[in-house]
Amino acid sequence: MRGKASQARDDAAGRRAAGELEAAVLAVLQAAASPLSPGEVRDSLGDHLAYTTVVTILSRLHAKGMLDRSKAGRTYVYVPVADEPGLAARRLARMLDAEPDREAVLARFVSGLSPTDEELLRRMLAEPPGATGAG
Amino acid sequence: MHLTVYLPLVLPLLAAVAARPLAERLPPSVATWLLAASAVVLALASSAVLGLLALTALVRIPWVDAVGEISGRVTSHNDPASVPVAIAAGALLTVAATAAARALWRQATALIAAGRQARRLPGAGQVVVTDDEAADAYTLPGLPCRIVVTTGMIRALSEPERQVLLAHERAHASGLHYLFTTAARLAAAANPLLRPVATATGYTVERWADEHAAAVTGDRRLAARAIARAALATTAAPPRPASRAASALGAVGALGAVSGQARMRRPGPVPCRVAALLRPPLPPRLLLLAVAVLLVAVAGASALEAALDFHALLEYAQAVGPS
Repeated sequence: MRGKASQARDDAAGRRAAGELEAAVLAVLQAAASPLSPGEVRDSLGDHLAYTTVVTILSRLHAKGMLDRSKAGRTYVYVPVADEPGLAARRLARMLDAEPDREAVLARFVSGLSPTDEELLRRMLAEPPGATGAG
Repeated sequence: MHLTVYLPLVLPLLAAVAARPLAERLPPSVATWLLAASAVVLALASSAVLGLLALTALVRIPWVDAVGEISGRVTSHNDPASVPVAIAAGALLTVAATAAARALWRQATALIAAGRQARRLPGAGQVVVTDDEAADAYTLPGLPCRIVVTTGMIRALSEPERQVLLAHERAHASGLHYLFTTAARLAAAANPLLRPVATATGYTVERWADEHAAAVTGDRRLAARAIARAALATTAAPPRPASRAASALGAVGALGAVSGQARMRRPGPVPCRVAALLRPPLPPRLLLLAVAVLLVAVAGASALEAALDFHALLEYAQAVGPS
């Protein structure tokens, strides 16, 4: 059982990492003035990804309908598809996640909860009106 | 210069200890102004004093005296700071200035990036709803600020609770709250002793927006419930890198209303905010405020006095001339 659970966690982590890479690639293409080849995308990312990894991400994003591509010589060049509001905003959120001081500039409605906090809040919500206000 | 020169170096320690109790006891708007302004004044005062102490070593170097046409005899006889103290002060100041410059750069680039993103968001309205299962809501600083709410968050809240959320975020946007937190963070970068003050400022800014939302909706209990439910929805959603935010905000505030078992581990900012809304609003506490303002003013005044003293000393040494 435990093995299965940790396996599932690893898979989740892997998926998240892939999602972050996709967001980073999208961000690069969005910032670019012209269509980019996989090599140019890799150079802009600047974190020593394998060329094949970048190609894989680009084709995956293309398959998802998030990128348009056209032949340029022997390789494809990619551009983001025209912005649909939801996509733009999702990309924005992911891009900002990558900013080192993102949390410093965002005024978030609620920050993360520790397990203790979660428990506390559930208890506060469960208490009948008037019972919590006294303290 | 006499011993008061060291006051601006000691008072940040006091501020670090007092920040959290002040954040809990003063009305959030007052506390935010006090904490952010104190952080800035104390950072400036402590840096100024470090600079002055370092200068006292500099003016004892013979060739500096020769260039400045000042009397080395006067500068070395009229100053209480020993050479090792002055060198240590110079080293500290260098570290502080570097850290502050780096923080300024990072904050500025992050703010500019956020401002650019705020402009690029679709639509013309202040509020942007994004199609995202993960419950989240935040204000992007910019001119103007934009408020982003995900569909996941909208689904998690009832209509009155959504009003609370929007009122809270609008308070951040219209009150330019990010200026307070940015100022406090920069001060804390220059003087790490002030980090608890910056953390407390981050908390009081949230409390300020909470109180605003409670006032707009006219229901403190509703506001408390909206925050609690939004936080639980955010946590239940697929994990996102929010843990950094949680640790940055830190555990501020103590909960009077919760059981002893929970009090063993410090509750985070969200339960504290909920608990504060379940209590009646805080009175102004003018005496407490006056004491805090006075102490900060003392730090500023003693740094200023030290600077004037040093200036007078230099003028005197210059009048005597190179020896």
